[in-house]
Amino acid sequence: MDTHIVERLAEFINNGELNAEMIHVESEHSAISAAIGSEATGVRTFTATASQGLALMHEILFIVAGMRLPVVMAVANRALSAPINIWNDHQDSISERDTGWIQLYIESAQEALDTIIQAYKIAENHEVLLPVMVCLDGFTLSHVFEPVDIPNEKDVNKFLPKYNPLFKLDPKKPVTMGPIGFPDTYMEFRQETHEAIIRAKEIIKKTNTEFKKSFNRGYGDGVLETYKIEDAEYAVVAMGTICGTARVVVDEMRKEGKKVGLIKIKCFRPFPKEEITNCCKNIKNIAVIDRNISLGNEGALFTEFKSAFYNQENKPIINGFVAGLGGRDVTKEHIKKAFERTGKTNQTEWLS
Amino acid sequence: MDDKIAGITTEEHFASGHRACAGCGAALMARLALKAAGKNTIVVNATGCLEVFSTPYPETAWKIPWIHGAFENAAAIASGVDRALKSLGKRKDVNVLAFGGDGGTFDIGFQALSGAAERGDNFCYICYDNGAYMNTGIQRSGATPKYASTTTSPAGSKIHGKTEFKKPMPFIMAAHGAYVATANIAFPLDFIEKVKKGLAFNGPAYIQVFSTCPTGWKLGGGFTIQIARLAVESNITPLYEIEKGVVKISKKPSKVIPVDEYLKSQGRFKHLNESEIKEIQENVDENWQKLLDLEKNKSKMC
Repeated sequence: MDTHIVERLAEFINNGELNAEMIHVESEHSAISAAIGSEATGVRTFTATASQGLALMHEILFIVAGMRLPVVMAVANRALSAPINIWNDHQDSISERDTGWIQLYIESAQEALDTIIQAYKIAENHEVLLPVMVCLDGFTLSHVFEPVDIPNEKDVNKFLPKYNPLFKLDPKKPVTMGPIGFPDTYMEFRQETHEAIIRAKEIIKKTNTEFKKSFNRGYGDGVLETYKIEDAEYAVVAMGTICGTARVVVDEMRKEGKKVGLIKIKCFRPFPKEEITNCCKNIKNIAVIDRNISLGNEGALFTEFKSAFYNQENKPIINGFVAGLGGRDVTKEHIKKAFERTGKTNQTEWLS
Repeated sequence: MDDKIAGITTEEHFASGHRACAGCGAALMARLALKAAGKNTIVVNATGCLEVFSTPYPETAWKIPWIHGAFENAAAIASGVDRALKSLGKRKDVNVLAFGGDGGTFDIGFQALSGAAERGDNFCYICYDNGAYMNTGIQRSGATPKYASTTTSPAGSKIHGKTEFKKPMPFIMAAHGAYVATANIAFPLDFIEKVKKGLAFNGPAYIQVFSTCPTGWKLGGGFTIQIARLAVESNITPLYEIEKGVVKISKKPSKVIPVDEYLKSQGRFKHLNESEIKEIQENVDENWQKLLDLEKNKSKMC
């Protein structure tokens, strides 16, 4: 579990500020399993984890999505062992990209808070009914302090009304949840889940717009956010807190007259292919910075980002960079180097 | 008032027409347990034979709300159901029953079960014990009796089946402070009584039901009840309860039969030699004596 998140929630509950049951599970595997039980019984459910804990949940993550249970989970992104390392990178959640969970990556503490609220609205939408992973950089976001504006309860309740599950375990209306799917039905379940997560993209965007209306804050179009790319020739692409540093680098390089910009991918699942190609029309060189590595190939974001352009006529030059693994700082110099190296290399480069 | 036969309700919450093998003890176990629990019950089922044969989508044998997640997490899901009901203010109106086979309980699901019991979560966990991973093809589990031949502990010329005795799960669960009972499908009234007691207990309850598997035991489907009865009469699987750590034997056979009577009709034991049967007999006698001593001394196990 991510300790700080759970510790604060325990304080809220024990001080009577939050009306909730807290299940003190013995493992992450049981945490996500208990979440299945409570969500299926018709109760809004939250859990948090990181790193090895998320890896331990792996088996059950598929089941939550396959059973269409709108659980929301914060993942304080951290590296995976070995060697054991407790610091930040995205390997844990990237390794869960095929589980059927919506994945939203976060840049700031404010965005984390706002996105958790949005996540329930997205997950519980009857057109979606899928779990959401809110991925925030471990330590960089989970263990530092930043002032945040906490919206008042009344406004949040208005934005996110009472949970209205489509199905639940209720003796008054019995349902069977989690049956066996033989080869004649299994594939349709998978296809429907896939179609739901594809459908979720528009709901994520809509939810971001509604949030903006209610709270005067938004994050790009909800699936990605751009910074100074209108006339940019070079762009850096990243997820999470690297984007905060990249904004500063863009400003500095702009002062030097360089036409650079930032594309922040917020939503990794579903992957916003159309939004990506639409915002890259005039960009010549793109540097994708991954805080993960698909060992034996390249960074996962790099692979997926490139795939968006496969059927495009005018493709930008796209290069991949791996940075910030196991808590290594990603500095302004690293990002500058990525800008400089685009178009000059044909292999994934390590910014270390 | 509903109709009753020999004190058992005729109301069914587990429908016939499912796909269990002929003579399946687990199907009978589920049917009886639901008769005890009634319709205001939510069932959590671990992966295993029971889950597979009762829910081939889009069919279901369950007339009450039922959920299955994975093999090793039935107890954790049940914790979630229990606490969600509490949070909805409906805990008193609904029973929570969890089913797992012996593989899903003794072995792979043990951690989740121990965690739920330690937390004092309020549900009744029923382990239907047929002494192997029957669903996946009769592999050895921690509940497999010594010398039983399974697909992963075959009776070979060098090694004669499983080499260890059964894990003492009821005692382990009693040490958690749970209400514990052993039951047997051949004794339905006793079983139903214990399920009711387990559900009424304010905290974790663990019931281990001896449940014949004709397929895995290499036995005709018509012998399900007979063989289960012999297991009690030979003291191989005594019926008892452990309440607040104190053992109470539910049934003492008027005439104890030798274990051989139980062993000889099952294909899984047909390779046994005399010394092995003797060793099993000694172990059964020792365990029975231990149980008698525990009952007599009223010594608390937790």
